[in-house]
Amino acid sequence: MSRVVDIENLEVTFATDGGNVVAVDDVTLSVDSGEVLAIVGESGSGKTVTAKTILGLLPETATTRGAIVLNGTDVIGLSPEKLRAIRGVDVAMVFQEPSTALNPVFTVGWQIAEGLRAHGRLSRGAARAKAIDILGRVGIPEPEKRVDYYPHQFSGGQKQRVVIAMALVLEPELIVADEPTTALDVTVQAEILDLLRRCRDEFGAAIILITHNMGVVADLADRVAVMFDGKVVEEATAEALFSKPQHPYTQRLLAAVPRIGTGGARAAARVADRVASGTTNTAAPVVVARDLVIEYPGRFGRSGFRAVDSVNFSISPGEVLGLVGESGSGKTTIGRAIGGLTKITGGSLRVLGHEMLGIRERSFKPVRSDIGFVFQDPASSFNPLLTIAECVAEPLIVHGRARDAASARPRADELLEAVQLPRAYGDRYPHELSGGQRQRASLARSLALEPSLLIADEPTSALDVSVQARVLELFAELQKQFGFAALFISHDLAVVDMLSDRIAVLWQGRLVEEGTGDEVLGAPKHPYTQRLLASLPVPDPVEQAQRREQLRLLRQND
Amino acid sequence: MNNFWRRLPIVRQLRQSVGLQRGMLIAGVTITGFFILVAVLAPLLAPYGFSQLKDADGTFGAQVPPGGKHLLGTTVGGYDVLSRVIWGSQTALEVIVVAVLLSIFVGVILGLVSGYIGGWLDRTLVVIADAVYAFPTLLLAIVAAIAISGGQSSLWGGVFAAAISITVVYIPQYFRVIRAETLRIKQEAYVESAKVIGSSTGRIMFRHVLRNATRTIPLIFTLNSSDAVLTLAGLGFLGFGIEPTAAAEWGYDLNRSISDVTSGIWWTSVFPGVAIVLVVLGITLVGESLNDLADPRLRTRRRADVLPSPTAVTSVAPGGSPLDADLAVDALEGRA
Repeated sequence: MSRVVDIENLEVTFATDGGNVVAVDDVTLSVDSGEVLAIVGESGSGKTVTAKTILGLLPETATTRGAIVLNGTDVIGLSPEKLRAIRGVDVAMVFQEPSTALNPVFTVGWQIAEGLRAHGRLSRGAARAKAIDILGRVGIPEPEKRVDYYPHQFSGGQKQRVVIAMALVLEPELIVADEPTTALDVTVQAEILDLLRRCRDEFGAAIILITHNMGVVADLADRVAVMFDGKVVEEATAEALFSKPQHPYTQRLLAAVPRIGTGGARAAARVADRVASGTTNTAAPVVVARDLVIEYPGRFGRSGFRAVDSVNFSISPGEVLGLVGESGSGKTTIGRAIGGLTKITGGSLRVLGHEMLGIRERSFKPVRSDIGFVFQDPASSFNPLLTIAECVAEPLIVHGRARDAASARPRADELLEAVQLPRAYGDRYPHELSGGQRQRASLARSLALEPSLLIADEPTSALDVSVQARVLELFAELQKQFGFAALFISHDLAVVDMLSDRIAVLWQGRLVEEGTGDEVLGAPKHPYTQRLLASLPVPDPVEQAQRREQLRLLRQND
Repeated sequence: MNNFWRRLPIVRQLRQSVGLQRGMLIAGVTITGFFILVAVLAPLLAPYGFSQLKDADGTFGAQVPPGGKHLLGTTVGGYDVLSRVIWGSQTALEVIVVAVLLSIFVGVILGLVSGYIGGWLDRTLVVIADAVYAFPTLLLAIVAAIAISGGQSSLWGGVFAAAISITVVYIPQYFRVIRAETLRIKQEAYVESAKVIGSSTGRIMFRHVLRNATRTIPLIFTLNSSDAVLTLAGLGFLGFGIEPTAAAEWGYDLNRSISDVTSGIWWTSVFPGVAIVLVVLGITLVGESLNDLADPRLRTRRRADVLPSPTAVTSVAPGGSPLDADLAVDALEGRA
């Protein structure tokens, strides 16, 4: 074991409009060869900045102090020339979003060769041969042919493989992977994690893995450093960290991670509540979909894209239906169709007694007051020029329950209190709130008219785990209090499990499985659900190793 | 009160800027402010009227060199150069105001409707805007000048000729910018959330889209103003402008001084010329620096080269920590 990189007393300060901000504060870390160090933390903890400093990729506004010793040279304060010589050869980077890390107008072979030729005199043919070799080694089928493909001809997971191939081709001793699986679906994530594990075992590279996902950490990391507010608060081996977290922040972080199998009890309690209060499922369902088809029109001459294909489901009053699926499965499209944002093209969709096929906006408008909608991205779901109170008052004004924002203020304050935000926050602008607070305000707005149906489209996927836990709890409480029916859309099985009475699994526009949480997650019948479930990494290295084995068997059976 | 001042457009940018960008902005604001001040106070500042040829001591005389009674000399027509330059700023300001007012309203409304509603209306408007783009400003201005004044030249005839030709050319510019912003904002979640609430189209357009789409207006505004000044001067220079008896106009004075240049009479051309250059330069500097400051990637900031003081805020994202999320937001607020 030799030391690959030594970070000593690193301190990074950014000059911003609001004064100087210390992003990394006195961080000391080291990585040995053949080791995976995971840096975990929530947004703003300084984990990405730490990693980028190793490659000297910080913007001009940053000032760095301390030392980063990479193979005997201190990277900090190195001239751009010398930095360029180090990048790629000694340390390489894998980015979060594979579709933006690759240049769309060059073939992947050319892009791999570019890195090779930047660091040595290599003939075109030799570079190409090397590119083909490395593509084969990262698991791209038919590398001889696909070396001449353009990035758009690969799927998201394959693109990430290409990015990893580019990082590996010069055989660097250290690979910095910044959230390498965050943009990928969970089944693809498992494959990329396998590949990264092979990078360590076969190529002998040390890896610094930056992530916020505790499951990913448990799957891959040897050692873990937990960062909070620019400082490393805890550093331990993966086993020690997950079994005995020392720092209170680590403990809270681990406790906040949603786990599968906790939802059954909650769902049972909710059903018992409903039976006790007399609202049983005999009432007419609020949403019924029969052979629902939604097609997006194609361009000239091409046939349209069928996003949702003969889907059947229903939501009873007061019931929470969890809709799970990966990107492109059509889950968001279904949510938008129920909210009247996307037109349906076939079958039947009845929302609160109104048939949505060919409905006119005018006749749907009164129904809208009975539907609430929570959007995915808390950053853009509020008009930046209106205060929170004005935003929350909008539905009241539009539907004539209040004359203007001022007269709606008492009701807005009540709503803000219902979502556990102080009244004074009503006078703030959206950018003055954190993501979790904004998402709570978004809940307040959607509940302003006390709707009988709420559609929540990935409401927590943009939030940090600890914030997510609080928002989910609040959602459950409000559901109990207001008793609305809900369609909860998410890509995360564990999150859906926490809240839903029933779970529906979508795959390529089709509904492949539906049932209670215990049925779908306890004994999945469809092979896709089984794979989805097995791919989900759990925050426990020992259990995760077993699950990995299980997933491998599942894949072999396919 | 203090807070109100800080939020005003130019004042806010001044506080934000550093270095060269700050220098550019200050220079631009100073020149433009001086120009506006002179225009407004012209009756007090100018020693003589713009069409005055004689005072109690008799006629001024033609082409009198600078000094004595005439600080900047007199023109070939016998007017006082200083007075003509000062009064000319008033005409220039009038053209700017009329041109900007006319084009900004029409352009913004058309861009908003076209971008938000889309369909055939959008396609038609875009084609028309493209066609107008291809039209030469000055030619249009000449046609407008002839049509409006009917061969007679008057103050408002000349002002409107320049303003209308600028309006016609600048409507597509406002239109395009607002339309592009509207198309972008239409996709934002807050517009969709207004839609699911059941807001009417008009309410969404004016309450949610319009105010968010006007971010880049100040930049076109400055381009628009400087182009208006140049077109007015161009019209005057070509002889389609305003007669000296109706109003003072820099382009006309330049035209009259062509023959002076070769005979060593420099004061009749230099001063009106410098006035045109300064006004356009001042407005352009304001526009350029506003543009740079509005873009966080172009904006320069003071480097953090001192060791961070203990008072520096450590938290990067207010939502980063569950412990003190509220505290961090308060801290951000306090600094703002």
